[in-house]
Amino acid sequence: MKTKGNVRMKKSIATLATISKIALGLAALLALPLAGCGKKADSNEILIGEYGALTGSIASFGQSTHKGITLAIEEINASGGVLGKKIRLVTEDDQGKPEEALTAVTKLISKDRVSALLGEFASSNSLAAAPMAQSSGIPMVSHGSTNPKVTQVGDYIFRVCFIDPFQGQVMAKFAHNSLKLGHVAILRDVKSDYSVGLADYFTQNFVAAGGAIAGDESYSAGDKDFNAQLTSLIAKKPEALFIPGYYTEVGLIARQARRLGFTGALLGGDGWDSEKLWEIGGDALNNGYFSNHYSVDNPAPEIRAFVEKFKAHNQGEAPDALAALGYDATRVLVDAIRRAGSDKPSAIRDALAQTKDFPGITGNITLNAQRDAVKSAVVLEVKDGKFLYKETVAP
Amino acid sequence: MTVFLQQLLNGLSLGSIYALVALGYTMVYGVLRLINFAHGDVYMLGAFAGYYTSRLLHGHLGAAGGGLVEAGIILMVSMVACAGVGMLIERLAYRPVRRASRLTILIVAIGVSLLIENVAQMVFGAEPKFFPQIIPEKRFDWAGVVFTNQQILVLATAVVLMIGLTLFIRRTRTGKAMRAVAHNPDAARLMGVNVNFIISLTFAIGSALAAAGGILVSLNQPGIDPLMGLMTGIKAFVAAVLGGIGSIPGAVLGGLLLGMAETFVAGYGSSTYRDAIAFLILIVILLLKPAGLLGKGQVEKV
Amino acid sequence: MKRLVPILATLAGLALLQWAATALLLDGPIRQGPYYYQILLLAGINVILAVSLNLTNGVAGQFSIGHAGFFAVGAYVAASVSVYGGPAIAGILPNIPLVRDSGILIAATSAGALAAAIAGWLVGMPSLRLRGDYLAIVTLGFGEIIRVLILNIDAVGGARGFTGIPRLANLFWVGLGVAASLAVVRNITRSSHGRALLAIRSDEIAAQAMGINVTRLKVTAFVVSAAFAGVAGSLFAHFAMFLHPNTFTFVKSFEIVIMIALGGLGSLAGAVLGAVTLTVLPELFRGFADYRMVIYALALILIMIYRPQGMLGAGGFLGRIVRMRWKKPVAKKGAETKSADNIGGPSA
Repeated sequence: MKTKGNVRMKKSIATLATISKIALGLAALLALPLAGCGKKADSNEILIGEYGALTGSIASFGQSTHKGITLAIEEINASGGVLGKKIRLVTEDDQGKPEEALTAVTKLISKDRVSALLGEFASSNSLAAAPMAQSSGIPMVSHGSTNPKVTQVGDYIFRVCFIDPFQGQVMAKFAHNSLKLGHVAILRDVKSDYSVGLADYFTQNFVAAGGAIAGDESYSAGDKDFNAQLTSLIAKKPEALFIPGYYTEVGLIARQARRLGFTGALLGGDGWDSEKLWEIGGDALNNGYFSNHYSVDNPAPEIRAFVEKFKAHNQGEAPDALAALGYDATRVLVDAIRRAGSDKPSAIRDALAQTKDFPGITGNITLNAQRDAVKSAVVLEVKDGKFLYKETVAP
Repeated sequence: MTVFLQQLLNGLSLGSIYALVALGYTMVYGVLRLINFAHGDVYMLGAFAGYYTSRLLHGHLGAAGGGLVEAGIILMVSMVACAGVGMLIERLAYRPVRRASRLTILIVAIGVSLLIENVAQMVFGAEPKFFPQIIPEKRFDWAGVVFTNQQILVLATAVVLMIGLTLFIRRTRTGKAMRAVAHNPDAARLMGVNVNFIISLTFAIGSALAAAGGILVSLNQPGIDPLMGLMTGIKAFVAAVLGGIGSIPGAVLGGLLLGMAETFVAGYGSSTYRDAIAFLILIVILLLKPAGLLGKGQVEKV
Repeated sequence: MKRLVPILATLAGLALLQWAATALLLDGPIRQGPYYYQILLLAGINVILAVSLNLTNGVAGQFSIGHAGFFAVGAYVAASVSVYGGPAIAGILPNIPLVRDSGILIAATSAGALAAAIAGWLVGMPSLRLRGDYLAIVTLGFGEIIRVLILNIDAVGGARGFTGIPRLANLFWVGLGVAASLAVVRNITRSSHGRALLAIRSDEIAAQAMGINVTRLKVTAFVVSAAFAGVAGSLFAHFAMFLHPNTFTFVKSFEIVIMIALGGLGSLAGAVLGAVTLTVLPELFRGFADYRMVIYALALILIMIYRPQGMLGAGGFLGRIVRMRWKKPVAKKGAETKSADNIGGPSA
C-alpha cells in the first residue's frame, strides 16, 4: 500500500515536473521575440491593425480587401496623414480560419498596440475576433461582414456595409416588384454564413411579399459541379434562381444552369461583384441581377477617380465590392480619428459612433445605434460583361 | 423520367471526373501502397500548366482543326510537365522514406500536398482563373436530356485510358515489371527489375493522367484555382477505394458510382448532405467488403 | 490519503500558475501579456489534442487522421451544454461566481468528453478492424461527416457559427486538462494495457496469438483518445467563445498529426514538444505570413526524411538531453521508435 502510494506520488510529481517544464519552455520561447520587440510605436505614427485572409481558401477575397485598404492608407499618408501623424498599417493573415483570426487580433492588440482594427470580410472570422476587440476596448470596423450578430458583440464593433436582412429585402423586393416574379428557387452555399443568411432573409421577405419559393438546394464553396442541384431545381420550373454565393462559384453555376436549359433570371448579392464573374460565367450570366454596395460604372467623379487610382495601383484590375468596402472602412476610421483629435481607442470609438453622412465610394455612410451602416444598395444588371445600374434601394 | 435520366447523366459526368483522377491514385497505390495526397495537387498543376500554355499559344495557331490542334499541344505540354513534377516528387520526397513506417510516408504525402498548394497560391495567386474554351462547347438536347461534347470527352477519355492502362499493365513487359514491384519489390529486384525506374515510371504515368484529368475537367468546368485539387483528390481516392484500390477498372467503376451517388443524394435527397454521403458510402463499403468492389481479397502481409 | 497529496499539489500548482499568469500577463507589466496568455492557452489545448492522438497513432500504431472530428464533437456538445443548460446548472449551485462557472465548465466538459468518447466508440468499433490506410481514410471521412452534420444543425448556428458561449476556460482548467491527459496516457502506456498496445503496434497477429484481445484494446485506446479530444474541444469552445465548422476541417486533423510526427511518434514528451512548437513557431513567423505555410510544409517533409523519429526520438541531441531527465520513458522510447519504423513498411 505504502509503495503503491509512493509510486503514484512519484508519477504525479513527474507529471507536475512535466507541466512546469512545459511552462518554462514556453516562457523561454515566448521571451525570444521580446528581445526583438524593442521598437515602440513611433510617437508620430498611428497604428491601425488589419486582419484578413491573405492565404487559404478564401484568400482571393481577403487580398482584394487588402488592396482597397492599402490604397486608402497610401492616399491618406500622401496627403499628410492625420493629426500630423502618418498611419502605419499592421496586417496579419488569419488564413481564413476563425481561430487564427482570434490569435491575429490578440496579437495586434496586445503586441502591436494598435489604436483600431479593420476586418474581416467573413462574418465568421469577425465573430471570432470581435469579443477580443470588445474586451480590450479597441474599436473594430468591419468592412464586409454582413451577419447582424457581428456588431451585437459590443459597442466597440462597427461596420460600413449593410447587413444581410437589408440585402435580402432588397433582392426580394426587386424580384417581386420590378421583375414581377412569383416563383423563385434558391441555391445557397451551405459553407458560408453570408450565403445562408442572405438566402434566409430573401425567403422571409419574398414570401411576405406574396411570392413563393419553388425549391431550396445547397452546395459547398469549392464545388465545381452543380448539375444535380440545378436539375432538380429547374424541374420545379422556377421563374428565377436566387444564388447568394461568391463569384468564384456563381460563374460556374450560371454556365451549368444555362446548359441545362434554364432561361429565367439569375439573382444574387454583393458576392457576385468581380471582374472575374463574367470571365468565368460568360454570356450565361445575361439576364442576371445582383444587389451591390456600389456600381463600378457609376459616372460620379469620386467613384471614377477611385476606380482609376485602384487600376493604376493594381495592374489594371478593377476594384470589386470588397476592395471598395476596404477602402471606405479605412477612410471612415481615419475620419473618426481626425474628429476624435486623438488616437486613443475610446475616443476613436466615440467618434466612430458619431459617423454621419460620410461620403464613401459605397454610398453615404451613417452609423446607427446598432453600429451598422445605414445606406442604400444598388441593383445591377449583368449584360454582356458590363454591370448596368438598374435601381437604388434606400433602407 | 426526363429528370431522372438527366440526373443519371449528371452523375456519369461527375463520376467520370472522379474516375479520371482516381486512375492515377490507384496506380500509385497499387505499386507503392502509398496514398499520394499530392495527386490532387498535381491535377491542379495540370490545369494551370494548360492555362498558361494556352495563353502562350493564344493567337499563334488560329482555328486550325477546330481547336483540336491547340488542345492537343496543351494536353501534351501539360502531361509532360506534370509527369516531370510527379517524378520529382517521388525522387525528392517519397524515395527517401520508402522503407519508413506507413505513418511517416503518409505525413510526407500530406507535407508535399500542403507545399504544392501553398507555393501555387503564391505563384498563381489565390483568385480563380478562367480556363479557355479550347474545344468549343456543343450542347446536345435529346428529348429534354441535355449533355455536351465536353462531358462525353471526359467520360470517353476515362474509359479509353482504363482500357489502355489495363492492357499496358497486363500485356507489356514494363507492365509486368510493375506488377512484380507491386507484389514484392525485393523479389522483383532480385529478378533484375529496375525497381527505382519502375516506381518513377508509375509516378510519371500517374501524374500525366492527373494532368490530362485537370485539363479535361477544366474544359468542362472552366474555373481553376490553387485549391481545386484538395476535395477532388480526396473524393477520387474514395472512388479508388470504393472500386478496389489498385484495380484499374475498379477506379473507373468507383468513380462513376461515387459520382452517381452524390448526384442522386443531391438531386433527390438533401443537397447539404452531399459531401457526407460520399464518405458514408465509403465507410459502409469498407466494412462490408474492405477490398472494394473489384479488388481482390488480399492476404494481409505479416 | 497519499493519493490525494499529489493531486492536491497539482491543483495548487495550477492555481498558482493561473494567479501568476493573471498578475503578470493579463493585468501585469508585460506589454504583450494577453497575447502570450492566449498562446499559452492554445498551446495547452493543442498539447491535449496531440497527447491524445498520440495514444492512437503513436502507441497503438493505428492511424487516425480525423481527430478534428472528435475535437468538434466535444466543442459543440460542451458549448451546447453551457449555452442551453448553463442557467439550469447555475440554478442548483450556490451563487458564487467561481463555483458557478467551474460547475458549468465541469458539466460541459464532461458532456463533451462523453459525447466524443461515444463518437469514438461508434467509429472505432467497426473500423478498427481495417488495415492502416483504410482506417486513415475512414477517420478522415468521419471528420468530414461531423463537419457536414454541424453545418446542418441550426441550434448550434450551422454555417453562421455558434455564438454566445461564455468564457469559462482559463490557464488553470487548460492546465488541468493537460495534466489529466498526460497522467492518463502515461498510466495507460505503462500498464499491461500499454504493453499490449505496443505489442499490437509491432505485430498485430503475433499479439493476437499471445492472447491479447486486439480489437477491444484498440477500441479502448481510440475511445480514450477521442474523449480527450472532446475535453480539448470544450476548453477551446469556452476560451474562444465562438465556434465555426471551418475550424474543424481535415486540415486541423493534419495539423495534429504533424504535431506528433514532429515530436516523435509514440513519445509523450515528443507530443508535448510538437504541439508547443507548432503553436509557438507560426507566431514567431508572423512576419513571413505569406511564406509561413510553405516553410512549414517544407520543414515537415525534411524532418520526416532526415529524422523520422521526430525531435525527441532516439539518437538525437534533444532526445539525449531529455533522456537524462526523463529517464524511464525515454529509455524505452528508443526501442519503441525503432519498432515503429519496421511495421507496415511497404516493402517489408
